[in-house]
This record gives sequence, C-alpha cells and structure tokens, in this order.
Amino acid sequence: MEFSVNHPILFVIVGIIIAVVLAQSFYFLRKACRRAAELGISAETVKKTVSSAAVFTIAPAVSVLVGVVVLSKSLGIAVPWLRLSVIGSITYENVAAQNALTAAKLSAGETIIDPSIFVTVLWVMTIGIAAGLILVPFVTKKIQGGMMKMGLKDKKWGEIFNNAMFLGMISAFLGYVFCDVGLVFKGNTSGLVPVCVMAVSAVVMAVCGLSAKKFKMRWLEDYALPFSLILGMASALPLTVWLA
Amino acid sequence: MKNAKNLSYMDSVHRDGRIWGIIVGTMILLVPAVVMLLFKTTPDLGMLARGLIATVPMYWAVGVIEIFTYVPMLGAGGTYLSFVTGNISNLKLPCAIDAMERAKVKATSEEGEVISTIAIAVSSIVTTLIILLGVVCIVPLTPLLESPVLKPAFDMILPALFGGLAVVFISKNAKLSIAPILLMLTLFIVVPALNAGTVGIMVPVGVIFTVTVARVMYKKGWL
Repeated sequence: MEFSVNHPILFVIVGIIIAVVLAQSFYFLRKACRRAAELGISAETVKKTVSSAAVFTIAPAVSVLVGVVVLSKSLGIAVPWLRLSVIGSITYENVAAQNALTAAKLSAGETIIDPSIFVTVLWVMTIGIAAGLILVPFVTKKIQGGMMKMGLKDKKWGEIFNNAMFLGMISAFLGYVFCDVGLVFKGNTSGLVPVCVMAVSAVVMAVCGLSAKKFKMRWLEDYALPFSLILGMASALPLTVWLA
Repeated sequence: MKNAKNLSYMDSVHRDGRIWGIIVGTMILLVPAVVMLLFKTTPDLGMLARGLIATVPMYWAVGVIEIFTYVPMLGAGGTYLSFVTGNISNLKLPCAIDAMERAKVKATSEEGEVISTIAIAVSSIVTTLIILLGVVCIVPLTPLLESPVLKPAFDMILPALFGGLAVVFISKNAKLSIAPILLMLTLFIVVPALNAGTVGIMVPVGVIFTVTVARVMYKKGWL
C-alpha cells in the first residue's frame, strides 16, 4: 500500500474510532437522561442543559477545528481529525507533534512523505498523552467514591470543597490572563488584550445575570455563558487592533 | 436505588465507563500499530526516543495530576467521557460547571452527576459533529479559519471563557476567592515561565491551595 498522509484507509480507521466514541457519548447521554427522570429532575431542566451545552460548545469547537487545519499541513487531515476529536487538546497535540517533527528534523507545515516518520510522530502523540486514557478506567471509582462519601459526611464542607476546587481552577486561568501584563512597562500594550477580553466577558455575564433577574428573562440566564464567551471573543478583534 | 442487576446507578456508571474506556482506549492506542502494519513500516527508534523524551515526562506527570484534579469536578460519567474526548479545561469542565450551576445541583450529589454527564455528553457530540463538518468542508473553510482577521478571536478563547465563569463563582464565594486569585495573579505576573503553555500545570496548584485555604477558613468558621 503506497503511503500518503491522506490515504483513504486512514480515514476509515479514524472514522471507526470516532463512531465508537460518538456511540459512547450517546450511551451515557441516554443513561443520564433516564436517571434524571427517575430522580425527578424536570424534563425542562434536562432540555435546557442539552440546548445550552450545545450552544456553548460551538465557539470552542470551532477553535479546535483551527487546530485540525494547522496540524493537517504536516500530518494530513485524518490524524489531526482523530487526535482533536478524541483525547487531545489543541495545546497538547501541537506540542507533541512539534516535538516529534523536530526530532525528525522537519519544520512545522512540511507535509510528511516518509511513512516511517509518520508512524513515529503518531507513536509520540499517542503515548505522550496516554496517562489519562490508561489510568481513568481504574482510578475514577475510588476518587469519585471518596468525593460522594465526603459530601454525605459533612454536607456543608462537601459543598465548600467543591466550590474551592472550581475556584482554584478558575484562579489559575485568571492568573494566566494577566501573564503578559508586565510588558506594559516596556511600552508593549498587547498584554492587556486578554485582560480586556476577560473584562468584556465578565461584564456581559454580569449584565445577563442581572437582566435575567430584573426582567424575568430566564432564557438569558441559560445562554449567559455562551453569550459572554462569543462577545468576549468578538471584542478581541477591535482590542487587538487597538492594543497589539 | 438498585436496579434489576442489584447495581446502583453510580456502580453501573463505573462498570460501563470502565468497559467503554478499555475498548476505546485500546482502539486509540492500537492506531499507530495498525498504521505500521498497513504501510509495512516501522518507527525510527532514535527519533521516537527523542520525541518521547521531550513529551512523556511532562505530559504523563500532568496527566496523572489532572486525573486527581478533574475527576472530582467532572463526576463519574463526565470523567469517562472527558478523558476520551479531550479538551477538558477549555470546554468540557466549564460546560459541566455552568450546567450544574444553572440546574442548581451540587457536584457531589447524584443530581449533579447526572446533569454534568448530560452536559459533557452533548458537548462531546457537538464537538465531534462540528469537527466532522469542518473536515468535510476543510478546503473552503481553511482560508476562513486561518484568516488573520479572525485569529485574535480564537487566540482569546480562554480569557473570554473564564471571564464569564469567574463572575459566577467569585460573586458566590467572594471571601474564599481572594487568596487564590491574589496568589495566581502574583505568580503569573512575576514568574516569566508561567504562560499559556504552563497554565495546565498551575491548575492543580490553584486547586490544592484553594482547598487548603477553604479548610482553614471553614474550621475557623469564616465560611
């Protein structure tokens, strides 16, 4: 079989895996929806969760697609399609592919024509992020069980613990937003772009929340996060022209 | 509540999650081997070693820490799906947090587990379908996705995402949020090595620090 990064057989392999992963998502969705009904969670709440999650996902998913386009120049379309539909995040896959391409003395964007280099890159990308894939089936029950027990033992602490975890994660990303602010002292204002984008997104979120309460527009609350995300991203366009 | 096979819902989620995880995990891990057989080729061992040395130590360490950090927040069903479909911190977890917040359910309750699973499953399905659509239309879409005009918007997805989420969580936990935000702002501004590439490593640091602060404040009756 003559090698090509876009050989049809690669699309068949990737298509099969993605179909199985889609089936897994549908399986858990169906299972959770059934359990929601048993627990007395209203059909309206489930419907809103579904629609809001779907709307929220569009913008980040399109940004993942940008990653597929970037990686497709070296690796063809099939492998980035697999790696970014399944398992990988944009940041990891780019780094892993880059590490492997550098080891192969290839530059980013140069299409691989040697099958040996192609499988080498594929092995690096696959093994490099396999920790979660291998360990999750075996450790999740223990970790999750501990969380549930803690929630039952001391309800208030369980709730605070959970909020603390969310806040810890959010604070790390807020810190990241400010990582280039110091450039301002060197006369470079581009580091302010993420800070301003975050501020726009925060204001949109707050306005949505307050308006939803004041004007009884419940739907606005349901879509507040996608709105703040999209308007925040849109604000990056003029802000970059202005500050960068 | 036990079902016909005497398994609680949570037990059945773990059983099914393990089965799906092992099947999908094996399939993904076998891809390079299958490609090797199909094209009758082998990897260049020197290149493979160099690529792995540059990738594995950091990403396996981060991967293990991520499991302990994200599993309690994602819930069981959400974990089994998210660790297969990826993009956890920039997509699946914010989606689950927002869904639980709006449904007014706690992550430690079974209701929270169910809502988180629904949100993550829908998010995974939509992501897969959008990428599929993008792959089918990659030729006409490439100029648009690579347009320098739109690039700043895609580059700013994390600030836009966490600005909105921060409003919800900081307004609800104002006292608890002061210490972690001050710590992270100081670290990211002062330490040049902390940037977009290393933010993933700082998530567990932020989580451990905030949980510790929360425990002290809770014991002292400040929360």
